[in-house]
Amino acid sequence: MKLTSVQEFDNYAKKIKEEKDFSKTCITICAGTGCQAHGSLDIVNALSEKIKERGLEDKVFIKSTGCHGFCERGPLMVIKPKGIFYEHVKVDMLDTIIEETIINNKIIEDFLYRDPVNKERIALEEEIPFYKKQHRILMKNNGLINPEDINDYIALDGYRGFIKAITQMSPEKVIEEIKLSGLRGRGGGGFPTGVKWESSKIVESEKKYIICNADEGDPGAYMDRSLLEGNPHLIIEGMLIGAFAVGADEGYVYVRHEYPLAVRNLENAIKQAEELGLLGENILGTGFNFKLHISRGGGAFVCGESSALIASIEGKVGEPRAKHIHMSEKGLWGKPTVLNNVETWGNVPFIINNGADWYSKIGTENSKGTKIFSLVGKVNNTGLVEVPMGITLREIIFDIGGGILNNRKFKAVQTGGPSGGCIPESLLDIPVDFDELVKVGSMMGSGGMIVMDERTCMVDVAKYFLNFLKEESCGKCTTCREGIKRMYEILDKITSGKGTEDDLTLLEEIAEVTKEGSLCGLGKTAPNPVLSTLKYFKDEYLMHINEKKCPAGVCKNLTTFTIDQNKCVGCGACKRNCPVEAISGEKKKPHEINPDKCIKCGICYDSCKFDAVKIN
Amino acid sequence: MKIKVTIDNKSIEVERETTILNAANMLGIKIPTLCNHEALSPYASCRLCLVEVKKGNRVEITTSCNYPITREIEVVTNSEKVLKYRRMVIQLLLGRCPDNPALLKLSKEFGIEKPIFEVDEYDDCILCGRCERACREVVGVNAITFSGRGVKRKVEAPFGDYNDLCIACGACAYVCPTGAVQVQFDGENKIIDKWEKITPLVEVENCGQGIMTEAQINYFKEKFNFSPIIKK
Repeated sequence: MKLTSVQEFDNYAKKIKEEKDFSKTCITICAGTGCQAHGSLDIVNALSEKIKERGLEDKVFIKSTGCHGFCERGPLMVIKPKGIFYEHVKVDMLDTIIEETIINNKIIEDFLYRDPVNKERIALEEEIPFYKKQHRILMKNNGLINPEDINDYIALDGYRGFIKAITQMSPEKVIEEIKLSGLRGRGGGGFPTGVKWESSKIVESEKKYIICNADEGDPGAYMDRSLLEGNPHLIIEGMLIGAFAVGADEGYVYVRHEYPLAVRNLENAIKQAEELGLLGENILGTGFNFKLHISRGGGAFVCGESSALIASIEGKVGEPRAKHIHMSEKGLWGKPTVLNNVETWGNVPFIINNGADWYSKIGTENSKGTKIFSLVGKVNNTGLVEVPMGITLREIIFDIGGGILNNRKFKAVQTGGPSGGCIPESLLDIPVDFDELVKVGSMMGSGGMIVMDERTCMVDVAKYFLNFLKEESCGKCTTCREGIKRMYEILDKITSGKGTEDDLTLLEEIAEVTKEGSLCGLGKTAPNPVLSTLKYFKDEYLMHINEKKCPAGVCKNLTTFTIDQNKCVGCGACKRNCPVEAISGEKKKPHEINPDKCIKCGICYDSCKFDAVKIN
Repeated sequence: MKIKVTIDNKSIEVERETTILNAANMLGIKIPTLCNHEALSPYASCRLCLVEVKKGNRVEITTSCNYPITREIEVVTNSEKVLKYRRMVIQLLLGRCPDNPALLKLSKEFGIEKPIFEVDEYDDCILCGRCERACREVVGVNAITFSGRGVKRKVEAPFGDYNDLCIACGACAYVCPTGAVQVQFDGENKIIDKWEKITPLVEVENCGQGIMTEAQINYFKEKFNFSPIIKK
């Protein structure tokens, strides 16, 4: 059915709202990529059958939704409207859930979330510390919507922002509202979105484009994927508003080919929006046209850089070009182009719906709104967290993240993806926003947040990220291509125990040239992992160089594991777990490690509960 | 409308969008470059032509070959910082090809005594992209392209395979700043090793050096409506 006027849309939305009764019992199951990998689709299928068998179809909805965010505990099930939260759900738990919770209205203690710190069970999703301190705006509907059904989105006032823009606002007013909101680009640069739109709006051209950058490539970051998978219409609505504001009639979503579910849900969403007349020619009879395409990336990290992305859409080699002439003047196919990241587009409908005033009350002076981080690494609660700008790193890692795994000591947090920086414990209380992170030598990036504990070697971390960047540099600029390679080689030398203090000077010299002398953001930020670890963890570099030791026990050439004969109780845990049978000893007597056999994997250290395994 | 630009304290008025490198040339100021070529569009890959541009209180390090002058600016081409950066760029390139004559000449100009990086894979090609641009922009046959990325980047015929598109004109070799692309003759054939191209030559009466490849003859017919006469 094609809706041909705003009135028709209103009637349609009203009808959908009546049909979709959100106060009914609804079992939502996360079907984001993480939970799917843990078998959530089997759960959805089995649950549907069981509900049918028992004749409960009329009383209970089953909904597979996008990513809820608390991936650590997946597969996740939330029973609405109460919000009962069951974690690590398996097919064999379903009968009990139906019997106890659905029919008898009882909560099953054993299936509930258990706090890793105080071991308490928590029944409701909203009470779980991981969710409690978050401020969920963009992620909020991910757990409510079936991403394959446009009506779910419409029932929750979807496309209202677009309709408001097109019926009550001029393009200038929309841009003014976005400017007033203080929204800044979520892809990493943090450029004011409204200003970007305006600079394209004022260029006279018969053709303009808008692009959604969904080429999320930072290791460990997946917030854009989860938004596209879980709530694709939010992004389409944001782009519709943007297209109306700048005067574009065509847009592209550039999404990684490695995100099959996001591509599928987006393709389906575009099709449904076209069928309803929300995309295409003469949308809702307003005379506004907007055609949206999907362009799939081939997996090159550098294609997340705006000018490389455009080259890639045009079918050229994905490499950046100098931006002395801005894309707002000459972008895709030489036409004025506005490019924003998934999360930025996702913010737009909320700002138009609720107003710039509402939005700009969230956050810090120069960074407004919320930011989604993917909190990963050595932290108890890994997952996607949406927090207001200005929250401290400590709150994210310790309150929402539940602290460090296995009660180890915190060492550093890496923000901003591979070319971000490592932030030490002394700076955990800085407010997280665009400017503060840059001040401490890191950056917001697209929102990756990797927590590291005392068993992480900072030189090795820098080496890991440079290895990634060495492969992912497009190779155009000498400074980036050769500079990263040479920095990597020096780090490799240091972690093998062959480094000298002169190497550190050379490292800094190469870093400086790479940073200042490269063309695009990749090269300009590539030295950050080196520079930030050198700034905050120079001691660790010096120990590798002068004492030939890796204090974290990671660099194999510089590490030996031994067992403290006084502390070892002979429990045999290390012996059982050692993959190369390097550990010997009788039960209840101190064990020993044979250094000739030991491969320095550290499993003995991790499995010892008596602190008897030592790193030398 | 002309725009005033000051380079190393010397001023000149230039057409809008003249590059800094070209403006410097007009003033007789030499900025080193390997990837730039007057017949080709600027590409800014070698990063040798880095200069400092003053914009108000800010100083920006940028390549001069692709920087279009659109307003009055002040440029410094020989500050200590710029020279230090250029020396590092040369060192990074020497790490690919330590005994390449073109690079050794540059090293000498910059007072570099010896390479600081070890050479693991020797390659005369510095990936400046002149050959690729010449083939695409000037000749217009697109026979070669960049492939791979990062340290694995190279210029090659598509899929590294023998390529029929190449007419063996040798423009790639002509513009190559390091001699990484060479054209050779063995009496009967024209050979461009870098693209694994071997193609027979025919004698012609009215064109060039009197020998051409057949693909070149066809190219001349199509592009210039001119038919070289093959000697029987």
